[in-house]
Amino acid sequence: MRIFKLLIVLLTINLSFSQDYFPKNDGVKQTFKNIVAVTNATVYTSSNVKIEKATILIKDDKILEIGTQISIPKEATIIDATGKTIYPSFIDLYTEFGIQKQQAKPRNSRSPQYDSERNGYYWNDHIRADFNASENLNYDEKAAKDLRDTGFGTVLSFNNDGIVAGTGLLWTLNDGESNGNRILNKKISQHITFKRSSLSNQSYPSSLMGSMALIRQFYHDAKWYAAGNSKTKDVSLEVFNQNKNLLQFFNAGDKLNILRADKIGDEFGINYIIKGSGNELEKIDEIKKTNATLLIPVNFPDAYDVSDAFLAEQVVLADMKFWNQAPYNLKILAENNINFALTTADLKNPKDFLTNLRKAVELGFPKEKALAALTEIPAKIANQTNIGSLKKGNLANFIIASGDIFETKNTIQENWVQGNRFVIEKIQPSDIRGKYELSLDNKKYDLNIEGEISKLDAKLTQDKLEYGTKLTYNEPWITMVVKSKDSLASKFIRISGLKSETGLSGKAVLENGKEVSWMATKKIETTEAKKETVATDKKEDKKAPVYYPVTFPNMAFGNATKPKQETILFKNATVWTGEKEGILKETDVLIENGKIIKIGKNLPQKGKVIDATGKHLTAGIIDEHSHIAISNGVNEGGQNSSAEVTIEDVVNSDDINIYRNLAGGVTAANLLHGSANPIGGRAAFIKLKWGYNPDEMLVKDAPKYIKFALGENVKQSNWGDTERLRFPQSRMGVEQVYEDYFSRAIAYKNEWDAFKAGKTKNAPRFDIELETLSEILNKKRFITCHSYVQSEINMLLKVAEKYNFKIQTFTHILEGYKVADKMAKHGVGGSTFADWWGYKYEVNDAIPYNAALMNNVGVTVSINSDDAEMSRRLNHEAAKTLKYGGVTEEQAWNFVTLNPAKLLQVDDKVGSIKVGKDADVVLWSDNPLSIYARAEKTVVEGIIFFDIDQENAKNELVQKERNELINLLLDAKNKGLKTQEPKKKSTGHYHCDTLGEKCREFHAKYSN
Amino acid sequence: MKKLTYILAFTSLVSFAQQTPASKQTKSVLIMGGTAHLGNGKIQENCLISIVDGKIVSISDATVTKIGKHDVVIQADGKHIYPGFIAPNSTLGLVEIDAVRASDDESEIGEFNPHIRSVIAYNAESKLTEAARPNGVLLAQITPRGGRISGTSSVVQLDAWNWEDAIVRENDGIHMRWPNSYARSGWWAEPGGIEPNKRYDEQVKAVQLFFDNAFGYLKSDKKEKDIPYDAMNGIQNGQKTVYVNANGEKEINDIIIFKKKNNIKNLVIIGGYNAHKVADLLKENNVSVLLRRIHDVPNSEDEDVNLPYKIAKILTDKGIVVGLENSGDMERMQTRNIPFYAGTCAAWGMNKEDALKLITSNTAKILGIDAMYGTLENGKSATLFISEGDALNMKTNKLVYAFIDGRQISLESHQTELYERYKEKFEEQNTKSEVKQ
Repeated sequence: MRIFKLLIVLLTINLSFSQDYFPKNDGVKQTFKNIVAVTNATVYTSSNVKIEKATILIKDDKILEIGTQISIPKEATIIDATGKTIYPSFIDLYTEFGIQKQQAKPRNSRSPQYDSERNGYYWNDHIRADFNASENLNYDEKAAKDLRDTGFGTVLSFNNDGIVAGTGLLWTLNDGESNGNRILNKKISQHITFKRSSLSNQSYPSSLMGSMALIRQFYHDAKWYAAGNSKTKDVSLEVFNQNKNLLQFFNAGDKLNILRADKIGDEFGINYIIKGSGNELEKIDEIKKTNATLLIPVNFPDAYDVSDAFLAEQVVLADMKFWNQAPYNLKILAENNINFALTTADLKNPKDFLTNLRKAVELGFPKEKALAALTEIPAKIANQTNIGSLKKGNLANFIIASGDIFETKNTIQENWVQGNRFVIEKIQPSDIRGKYELSLDNKKYDLNIEGEISKLDAKLTQDKLEYGTKLTYNEPWITMVVKSKDSLASKFIRISGLKSETGLSGKAVLENGKEVSWMATKKIETTEAKKETVATDKKEDKKAPVYYPVTFPNMAFGNATKPKQETILFKNATVWTGEKEGILKETDVLIENGKIIKIGKNLPQKGKVIDATGKHLTAGIIDEHSHIAISNGVNEGGQNSSAEVTIEDVVNSDDINIYRNLAGGVTAANLLHGSANPIGGRAAFIKLKWGYNPDEMLVKDAPKYIKFALGENVKQSNWGDTERLRFPQSRMGVEQVYEDYFSRAIAYKNEWDAFKAGKTKNAPRFDIELETLSEILNKKRFITCHSYVQSEINMLLKVAEKYNFKIQTFTHILEGYKVADKMAKHGVGGSTFADWWGYKYEVNDAIPYNAALMNNVGVTVSINSDDAEMSRRLNHEAAKTLKYGGVTEEQAWNFVTLNPAKLLQVDDKVGSIKVGKDADVVLWSDNPLSIYARAEKTVVEGIIFFDIDQENAKNELVQKERNELINLLLDAKNKGLKTQEPKKKSTGHYHCDTLGEKCREFHAKYSN
Repeated sequence: MKKLTYILAFTSLVSFAQQTPASKQTKSVLIMGGTAHLGNGKIQENCLISIVDGKIVSISDATVTKIGKHDVVIQADGKHIYPGFIAPNSTLGLVEIDAVRASDDESEIGEFNPHIRSVIAYNAESKLTEAARPNGVLLAQITPRGGRISGTSSVVQLDAWNWEDAIVRENDGIHMRWPNSYARSGWWAEPGGIEPNKRYDEQVKAVQLFFDNAFGYLKSDKKEKDIPYDAMNGIQNGQKTVYVNANGEKEINDIIIFKKKNNIKNLVIIGGYNAHKVADLLKENNVSVLLRRIHDVPNSEDEDVNLPYKIAKILTDKGIVVGLENSGDMERMQTRNIPFYAGTCAAWGMNKEDALKLITSNTAKILGIDAMYGTLENGKSATLFISEGDALNMKTNKLVYAFIDGRQISLESHQTELYERYKEKFEEQNTKSEVKQ
């Protein structure tokens, strides 16, 4: 083994070449490098061109010639590659290989850090545009070997740290050379991610939507800076602009994040090369539509160890299914003709790369696509024509494999990088296993050598007496130590020898020190017996693989296909119109093309007829204040205003709470930013279309909203003693935050107006936050404000009146009843809880009569949830207003349907059963305000998304699939595959004051 | 009729910050007519209930019974009469406002605290307590939180001047939080997923060790006094119930083994989300369940979306005594929604009168107060209320009278007072504006 290592080093040194113009002080200058000819190989010059019996001539770092009719120069060193297959070395465009990482400075304070620490750079330290990978290199030979052993010859390296992560370089994995030789392109790419920098504790951004907003603002600022509008220098913006023509990479990850990254790209005219995560198959149609080039990791999850039935309960169906589906991802990407390259990113061990890739190939990912995704596609993405294929003049970057590299039995034996030969695998030693007759010291013995080729066992017997024998084989040398017959004495016979044509022979030293020669002749074996065992081995384990198709969404209760719009006639229902017609008995409602078409008695049969006799049909419930279906953070609390962020960016279509809400008769929800800051983020109004995409769930033409907040949360009262730094810390300060922002918004608006009117020359800086506030001033965006006590409610009314706009809705508004007259006068609505109180100081005077009192004074009232549990029982909550304050049943019902529609200004489309409105309806088993009522069918735009009649079948299917997958997982474990502990991803529910991704337990206590 | 007026006058007397507790019953009360839901699964239509000296002296069918003169007669025709609802495993009166630390007395530091007694911290004048009563919740088990053994609970009635007067059953049981076989990884700022708890066995052993030592101590001559071990007295003879918080199937199995090993006479599972998976075992070992809050989402996205609404029925059908508890987020404020938890169980398949047992007789049995509370029966405490309609349905839960031990209690609260005050304010405004017109 040592000799072998030495050989590699020698080869490397021999072939190396240093830069011509460097002085040489340790000897004479040697520049000659012999031509190497690799002959008789099967060569893939590209993914779809294969040449048999080919020769490659290599001179220095390049391919001199390649083909079948090559004349080999007489001086060439010839390497016979008969039986071998040669491929271009692989290219990985997504690594952190060889990057010198910076260490974060230790921090003493536990308080949040709101400002940046760097001087002369962008205001946010998570922007690290100034980081150049090529200036922070530390070539790592061990990591290089791991990559080379997997087949890679060239990688793109960058520092995956920060939202703008700086530039990357393209270099080869050529040990023993200088970076000067290795680097192919020192600045090839600029990298964007959603992730904060590990080097900074700056609190902003603390959520995914915050990261997205920061990227956008940075782009706007870069453009503005490039136009020479900035009075000051900004290193970050400057270098970013210099690098904007490089390849732009986006580390997106999850399938929905790919769509999010692409959306930003579309807004700014950038075609990102987007790095995914391996779950693209779940949203394949949408990802295909982006037309983006992708970088795809091949990190398939290990099987969950489900042998403990109790612990196995923790693994959800979605995770078990994904374990099954992940190896099919590449096949599905290929079938959809998506342009993608492969990467070792996200793999814990690069050695798993080929194992996983081969599995994908076995499951149908075409070999030529696999090869292309590792060679010519990444080369093309990198605009690097001299790698990724084997042709004259290209870099001599190729791998020599024992055969078809995608077959498990074959191995990569050599990887040549820039003409340097790296031997990966020593040629396997010859097989000396078998039965021998050994003659030693005039005695005959039976020698039986068996076991693995790499770990042989020897058995030496004479007349059924077995000797203790230890054998080692280091081709061509064989040594044995045999314990003498006299077992009491520690005496040994030492045997050493060589393999010969007929067997083994050599010299032995007997117990007494006498040296004799020995020989062993191989006995003839019947070959048939051997063949048989091989054949039976192969028969085993050839069950056809089972694939669990992707469902919509890809989890429990997902649909096999996206449910479709239907024409439905509800016959003979008690219809709660929500309009002046009131409650109509024995009435039919016809829906078609997603709309309510007719309401009346004895309508003619059409479409699917549902007998609703004895049942109640209502408009779907609308939750004015919801935090379900949101990805990675409901609050951007890193600053006291976050008008630049929007929940529309982060709608999560895979949240089980969508389905649970449908089961509770909810058809639409207004997804609000949390209440961590006085000016929160923008809202998203969605229809609960379970199985559809975020984009399809968003109601595009609905009026736009923003969340504001007052009171304890915005002044951080309950966040502990470390949170005493951010303005405001009192209700007094909250008012001044609004004064500040709205006066700035006016100034901003004036600046732009002047520019647009041609009065000023330079375009003002585009500020997303102030743009949003200007929309409020222009009455194009509306406020729903988290609020509790009367003083602050009154204050915000006065601020709004001063700046000439109206607050649309106060949400929570638990002391609304104290100022209901003022609210009615201002025209603001109240969206409240039915009976919550007691959880913090500011709800001391909260009363369940609030809704009734506000309603009686003329405020438009709705009852909301702010809670994934309560939202599925909003009919209960509405019914509580009958008890507390005695409103009529129709009023109570409107609190969760028409009134929230009014507050959201979508009452022309939803909220009641009226001809022409969207067919968002629910069929109830009973009066919907009764606790005994169950939602039986929930319909959104004419599509049945929940049907109680399907529930048993759905539950059974979940159990069936779980059982099947558990068996497959157990099977995988029994086969000795790697497993992971059963675990469940964190699935907390967001409330108003859940900070970013933070704490469910802690804040659950002080929610809302 | 004159008597009725008297009562009405009495109820509108109050306008203190907290409602004044009613004084001992001196006048006999007769409730006439109405549907009595007895709390034992039965209904008495058109009932007659005679209440004397705090007790129900007779309950019968008005059509067949003649009854003597009473000081106060309440006509309850068309109305519904229920035994007072019971809130077990409650922290009412131990915390006033979640977010205000100074108002929080629900848990003590330390792991094994059987000696910590909740009742002495019980604030009989809590605003949350009085707000629970107008929905029919008249009794509660005041329970400490925290630690492995949290402490000792006591059962109280919800209309008293102080904790001492409130006691119905003092030191009824010891509350324990069984270790979890899986745990959430990470910490509060960066929560991870749920992973197997590698310390589970060790933690279970620590519980056993504590019990071994405690029982050993109790058999010893107790020369050196040990306060926590002393507090474990009464567990093996059934004077004190052991309440064990656990939801997992494995945990509940282990608890049954633990019960047998330690000869614990009365053991109750609190939480019991997966108890239905080990129902037979629970039944066999005579273990009751105080089922966790019904209005909750399923633990796993794979579960029937309505599973939390159905568990009580599954357990009841297996013959297990089930009560409903509501610990968790905003638990004190949610006390008044306990009736609707039972209503939801009825909505999802349970017989309404069986659902009622979940918050009356079953809970009384579990808490060991069934001799006097939990049903409307002769000789039992007159702790009951009259509602306009079905009290398990929020639509119709409207209390008109409530009695604890025969004392007619106030149904007003800080909240109703604010309501009245602002209702008047706006009505006055309306009148004025009408005058102006």
